[in-house]
Amino acid sequence: MTDPTRLTAHELTDAFRSGAATPSAVTEAYLGRIAKLDGKVRAYLTVTDGRARAAAAASDARYRAGKPLGPLDGVPISYKDVLSTRGVKTTCGSRILESWVPPFDATVVTRLAAAGVVPLGKSNMDEFAMGSSTEHSAFQLTANPWDLARVPGGSSGGPAAAVAGDLAAISLGTDTGGSIRQPGAFCGIVGMKPTYGRVSRYGLVAFASSLDQIGPFAKDVRDAALVLRAIAGVDPADATSVDVPVPDYAASLGEGMRGLRVGVLEYDTAGMDPDVQRAVTAAIDVLKGLGATTQAVTLPTADHGLAAYYIIAPAEASSNLARYDGVKYGLRALGKDLIDMESRTRAAGFGAEVKRRIMLGTYALSSGYYDAYYGKAQKVRTLIRRDFDAAFEHVDVIVGPTTPGVAFKHGEKEDPLAMYLNDVFTVPANLSGNPGISVPCGFSTSDLPIGLHLVGRAFDEATILRVAYAYEQATTWRTRRPELA
Amino acid sequence: MIERKDVEHVARLARLALSAAEIEKMREQLNGILAYIEKLNALATDDVEPTSHAVPMVNVMRDDAPGPCLPRDEALANAPDRAGEFFRVPRIIED
Repeated sequence: MTDPTRLTAHELTDAFRSGAATPSAVTEAYLGRIAKLDGKVRAYLTVTDGRARAAAAASDARYRAGKPLGPLDGVPISYKDVLSTRGVKTTCGSRILESWVPPFDATVVTRLAAAGVVPLGKSNMDEFAMGSSTEHSAFQLTANPWDLARVPGGSSGGPAAAVAGDLAAISLGTDTGGSIRQPGAFCGIVGMKPTYGRVSRYGLVAFASSLDQIGPFAKDVRDAALVLRAIAGVDPADATSVDVPVPDYAASLGEGMRGLRVGVLEYDTAGMDPDVQRAVTAAIDVLKGLGATTQAVTLPTADHGLAAYYIIAPAEASSNLARYDGVKYGLRALGKDLIDMESRTRAAGFGAEVKRRIMLGTYALSSGYYDAYYGKAQKVRTLIRRDFDAAFEHVDVIVGPTTPGVAFKHGEKEDPLAMYLNDVFTVPANLSGNPGISVPCGFSTSDLPIGLHLVGRAFDEATILRVAYAYEQATTWRTRRPELA
Repeated sequence: MIERKDVEHVARLARLALSAAEIEKMREQLNGILAYIEKLNALATDDVEPTSHAVPMVNVMRDDAPGPCLPRDEALANAPDRAGEFFRVPRIIED
């Protein structure tokens, strides 16, 4: 058969069921490829080869017995290193958690283990998920498999590069302001942020609790649908998870575009890469050709989303990261008293971007500034929600670019604000809670992938998956893959 | 505009020991970011309710039933310093 690391998850499980391949053989192929090529991509912080082989052997036995656990049994996965894994170091890309070994699994890890996946390891990220390039990892730079001189995006750059570089079949990332969809676009793969509350956050190390969501990276839309189904659903361990039924997303993928109303996002093209604009316009024509009706959609407040986000997310982060005090776990630096110990610990353990956001958030919440910054941003958040609600009275999905440009070079965006502007199209859906997906829609003149961003109604992931699938099946972008060696 | 003393005050609140160079850089960068955030003031929000959470929710309650919890040794396993069954920290009360 063809190189199994090129296959999608659903193609792999087809091969497992037919006997054309075994989970152990595929796992060995992946571990071999990681050993050979991850030195170039640097997607992984920890490779759990022992656990992977044990899970693969158990999966082999289930297929031999004719009793696989479901459509992901035996599929090799990579987890962003912000998802807690019992007995396996979980660093969040930070020195402060460099040697932290969680005593529990995140709910998504538990659920996927129950679905039979093979855990290949933990992948790199911007420290505490703060960034858009994975350059803020305390440990290593991750390369974009399409051009090793460029960033994979972030903050979930490791899991995105792992899937794009065929170093994992699927992976999980987290998205607080675009951290799945933007690296998905930069790496030419599917990346999805489910509705806030759709997936349990238990065991996800918190950045901004009202915005964080876990979601899949995949080589095609069907795989994303299968992973979402496996991880979604209410969880008593996360009081913000929502008890709504989880549909069989894969079953409704083929329903097509007919009857769907597509809202075409009107956006400010200043600073946009013209290649991205061209690709998105062409993608909308494809959707029209598939039978969708289209109409222009404006989100008048969305332009202010980024400003509101850079109050709300740092404010929540400053509170969440207060727990890293050197007392119960993580790094400790010595000091003359408790406050000195805490202050030195945090100075030594956090990188520059994390410090910047803690400072910004602490300032925005501090006495005398709360109403002017945090209060104001929360009200703007309401306006953004209203914009989406108004748009979804007329359309079923909103389509636009995932990012203003394609993957940039390492070191190219030194100014924090320039980095933040990457998230301008993705942040509004985090503030409103709506689900979003990025699906490959072409390449720039410099041969770098471009992403199409689809946003849907709350808890209606089925529709954006269906539209993404219809688009994907009508185009051939997914057949073009990076060559690492 | 944020001044140096504001940065020092916020760093104390946030328990971050910053060097003099870091304080100056932080002052510049925070002013740049806050200048961008000023654009929010162009939006009229006087009669708008704030949103703290994307999904409207009320408190989620469960039965107050005892269940298993993390064993003490596992809870202490990641401690930077411990004394027997306790986390050890620097002295905070003078003799």
